[in-house]
Amino acid sequence: MVYLTRLEHFNAAHKLYNPHWTKEQNDEIFGLCANENWHGHNYELYVTVKGRPNHDTGFLIDVKKLSKIIQTEVIEKLDHKNLNVDVDFMHGQMCSTENLVMAIWQQLNPALPAEIQLHSIKLYETPRIYVEYFGE
Amino acid sequence: MPKVCFMAKKIAVYRKEHFNAAHRLFNESWDMSHNDAVFGKCNNPNFHGHNYELEVKIVGETDPATGFVIDLKVLSDLIKEHVLVRLDHKNLNLDTPFFKNLNPTAENICIVIHDILREKLDSKFELQVRLYETPRNFVEYPA
Repeated sequence: MVYLTRLEHFNAAHKLYNPHWTKEQNDEIFGLCANENWHGHNYELYVTVKGRPNHDTGFLIDVKKLSKIIQTEVIEKLDHKNLNVDVDFMHGQMCSTENLVMAIWQQLNPALPAEIQLHSIKLYETPRIYVEYFGE
Repeated sequence: MPKVCFMAKKIAVYRKEHFNAAHRLFNESWDMSHNDAVFGKCNNPNFHGHNYELEVKIVGETDPATGFVIDLKVLSDLIKEHVLVRLDHKNLNLDTPFFKNLNPTAENICIVIHDILREKLDSKFELQVRLYETPRNFVEYPA
């Protein structure tokens, strides 16, 4: 089994704000991230797939093809967007990095060809904070 | 033993800081299609955002008493107090006074930060500010 990782990136605005709580509760729990006018990040997305290389090509998957799928299913929907407002699959959810990585898995997994399996998605919100999801 | 004189030697010291912010690039005197044509995705009316990385460069002579050009803790506190508090986790268009009539491009943000710090720093220091908007896009002022 070989694991192959493709790195993509997108920039987006968001806020962490629970509409069922008061402003004071939100400020207490989410601090600066609760700013009602949003803030933003450069997200770095690591998508790791696994499988066996094709005998004829030596490839697990043509990385250009994988990149195109990630672009179409994920990046075009998130890049230069407001995650809370512009992204249909984040509606009704808190726009934390944890929830975002799980939502990205749901978007991407059904679009991948049968010969590869999605192994993990790693999402950096800042150079110092990241989450990893293995589909469990 | 001959004394080595460091007094006239100029040296650069740097402090790195970072902040996260939302912004939108648009010109309010243009219509939406003109803004889209020039600013593309950066014109999203709901904003987008970045992790900005800031590098502040100070050039000066070392103080013989301390060996410092400037105490980097002092510089760090200055940047935090006068720059980061005003920009971190903010919407640059809506939450700051600097970009009411100025597009918050990396160029303009960098010049604003420079001018804030220039006013707070002793004139004996040379100052240069580098601002990364993404790991691949960065600007520097003065050029």
